[in-house]
Amino acid sequence: MDDLLAARLQMAVSLGFHIVFACIGMTMPVLMAFSEWKWLRTQKQEYLDLAKAWSKGVAIFFAVGAVSGTVLSFELGLLFPGFMQHAGPIIGMPFSWEGTAFFVEAIALGVFLYGWNRLNRWVHWASGIVVGISGVLSGIFVVSANAWMNSPAGFDYQNGAYTNIDPVAAMFNDAWFSQALHMTLAAFVATSFAVAGVHAFLLIKNRNNTFHRTAVKIALSFGAVSALLQPISGDISAKDIAQRQPAKLAAAEALYKTSQPADLVIGGIPNDKEERVQHAIHIPRLLSFLAHGDFNAEVTGLDKFPKEERPPVFITHIAFQVMVGLGVLMALAGLLFLVFSAWWKKILSKKWWLTCIAWLTPAGFIAVEAGWTVTEVGRQPWIIYGFMKTSDAVSPMPGLQFSFYIISAVYILLTVILIWLMWRQIATVTNFYPSARTD
Amino acid sequence: MLLSIIIILGIAFILYAILGGADYGAGIVEIFAGKKGEHTITKAIAPVWEANHVWLILAIVILFAGFPLIFSTISTVLHIPLMIVLLGIVLRGSSFTFRHYDVGQNGSRKYYTLFFRISSFITPVFLGVTLGAMILGEIDLSASGTFYEQYLRPWLNIFCFTMGLFCAALFAYIAAVFMIGEVPSVGERKRYIQLARLFLFATTILGILVFVAAEWHGHPLFREFFASTFSVIALGMVLLLVPVLLRLFRQPNILYLRAVAGLQVLLILLGWYAIQFPILVYEKHGNHLTFYNTQAPAATQLQMLIALFVGLLLIVPAFYYLFKVFKGAQEEQ
Ligand code: HDD
Ligand code: HEM
Ligand code: HEM
Repeated sequence: MDDLLAARLQMAVSLGFHIVFACIGMTMPVLMAFSEWKWLRTQKQEYLDLAKAWSKGVAIFFAVGAVSGTVLSFELGLLFPGFMQHAGPIIGMPFSWEGTAFFVEAIALGVFLYGWNRLNRWVHWASGIVVGISGVLSGIFVVSANAWMNSPAGFDYQNGAYTNIDPVAAMFNDAWFSQALHMTLAAFVATSFAVAGVHAFLLIKNRNNTFHRTAVKIALSFGAVSALLQPISGDISAKDIAQRQPAKLAAAEALYKTSQPADLVIGGIPNDKEERVQHAIHIPRLLSFLAHGDFNAEVTGLDKFPKEERPPVFITHIAFQVMVGLGVLMALAGLLFLVFSAWWKKILSKKWWLTCIAWLTPAGFIAVEAGWTVTEVGRQPWIIYGFMKTSDAVSPMPGLQFSFYIISAVYILLTVILIWLMWRQIATVTNFYPSARTD
Repeated sequence: MLLSIIIILGIAFILYAILGGADYGAGIVEIFAGKKGEHTITKAIAPVWEANHVWLILAIVILFAGFPLIFSTISTVLHIPLMIVLLGIVLRGSSFTFRHYDVGQNGSRKYYTLFFRISSFITPVFLGVTLGAMILGEIDLSASGTFYEQYLRPWLNIFCFTMGLFCAALFAYIAAVFMIGEVPSVGERKRYIQLARLFLFATTILGILVFVAAEWHGHPLFREFFASTFSVIALGMVLLLVPVLLRLFRQPNILYLRAVAGLQVLLILLGWYAIQFPILVYEKHGNHLTFYNTQAPAATQLQMLIALFVGLLLIVPAFYYLFKVFKGAQEEQ
């Protein structure tokens, strides 16, 4: 394996691993605080039990999220020193703020987890809110650093030197808002559907259990609202990359030739040699509308870019289809949930419905991974879009594949252990929480 | 402005050495503390380990945003020891958390404990190795040498590993002193006092060996040290504090004990800063990387300072609160 590929894969594995914990870290505090708030208001046991049971799981995930994040902050330099040497001073600012937010988050989480019986109830609840807010903020800051890689701003580039650095302009680059919004919603979609799915699965076996039913209700409410907003935010993102990174949009849509008007291509298998997509569904003119808000607009295709500046089409296109497909599915599920909750409550304990929700457990996280694949692979061959190639940034040290093998092995091992631990935690939930025992 | 950033970096490093050090050291001390110790130690560090750890992240962010050339140089040349540090951090954090939260306390516990202890030792050793390599001056930025010359020789040597063991011993010492205050029973306390003595001794010996190893490599650490009045005073005070400590071990007053041990670490680091400043990475041919020749543009520094300042305003009271709530609650019990 060549060193560039090894470095890219290691970065992808590390980020793909970290993002799962990041999503959980942004969303679960909000769910827990919501549940605790309901308990403070109603004094119903199941709300307290849920908040406590969730917080146990979160503690494990948070720790793994923190260590994998630490790995990332070193890895940026270990793998791409050429990038960090120039980008560090420019995007240092969001990272400094991110550090601040993390710090507050870690402290507040300590207070929340260990303060159940030691603090005033409302102070305890407030610490949960602080965890949630700082988690979301840290996510937004780090995504803004990534947005800068897609949409560089805040410097002048002269003869290979980055001068006139303006960190504020760099942080609030053109892509930061669309990416931060989309990412925050994605974290809520992914985590909420996963939590709802697991509890729905347990509810199938034990249909009247208040503990699991309450869990599904809370998680799905958050999941449904964010899943319905997600396509809107995705549309903003798509319009945005149509402006800033037409090559990425062309790769995501597998649009080999510039067209006016352009069809929306759904599914299919891109064939780079013949420059066409096989077995796809075409919807006339829709891409023109989605990308530019006009059914007759011209959409730039890959033919406008020299071969060596095109992103890998196959991966980007498939990943995009996966994300959008799952996004539509979850939005539909969310819509059904909201409609049912208003008019036909009984359906919520029907087996077929719970089975659907259980099947959607991994959907959000798969969509998150796919979405990041679109963003990152779709930026290739650039690491700083239009300014620096990934191949010029990679570490000169030979043998990078060994780091990649080791890191992957460790992360696979941790994933297996984590799944096993969660399974054990869930299996014993009835021993600890009174409301989980009812049936 | 530059100076403020350097000072904050220095402070972050000191706090990481003391708080993070106590945390790593706890894993080493645990090896000697028996079954009961495992429980007390877990209880003592569980609420705070994540927060302690963030000082490292702060230092890294300051480095890569404020002194980018240093960050990219270290991470290229010292790729291997840093990668080991990272693996250590991941395994340590995960195994500790798994052990603490796993509901089925049976067979798997053995493995968590094993991993926790091994990585609690390996990580500080390789942190020390990395630091050692920055001081030693075997890093060669001009040459396009062999793999060995470029990526191994700078750190794979006696001096760096002596530094590594020194770090591990120092951390274990800090942890042992910290643990004295965490156990109420006299018998258990005795055990940690013994351990603190042992690691104080080990730290002293290894500290001397660091100087010896430096001379052996032809790095005049000894002379540099004595050329700086400040460093000599600092080291003198560290030594003068030893009898104070030995006395305190006999009649433990937890607050004084911790303060004295913390002061020692502080003085060691300040003494080291004094000979090191403003150089961060010694280079073989004298092209050292300093704070001055690697600093980021003023605009970056300003923004970083603002973020750090707001951060401190939020964090210091929050941190204080965290410690108060938990340490207070523990003493009541
Ligand atoms: C639950 C997860 C999830 C779901 C359901 C969706 N997305 Fe997404 N998408 C992400 C999770 C995500 C992400 C992982 O969070 C990304 C990666 C970078 C980013 O900002 O968000 C992303 C990126 C991303 C990008 C690239 C943005 C860029 O590079 O700047 C586009 C164009 C879309 N998405 C569009 C959509 C559309 C039209 C969806 C319709 C349903 C959609 N996404 C659903
Ligand atoms: C957590 C969510 C993220 C995921 C899942 C993710 C995924 C990926 C993937 C798949 C690659 C490999 C692309 C390729 O080489 O084909 C990559 C590369 C990279 N990512 Fe991300 N990314 C994420 C967020 C970020 C953020 C927030 C940053 C920076 C602040 C970042 C910085 C990088 C860098 C420096 C590379 C290597 C250079 C490159 O390949 O362009 N990523 N990431
Ligand atoms: C889109 C990508 C990312 C998002 C949304 C994100 C978000 C988060 C969140 C919410 C946490 C809190 C920990 C938890 O809840 O488990 C976290 C931890 C962390 N992340 Fe990320 N992160 C991303 C990528 C990165 C990257 C690229 C880096 C490094 C350059 C990084 C560095 C860290 C660090 C150092 C921590 C640990 C902080 C602590 O101990 O409190 N993250 N991240």
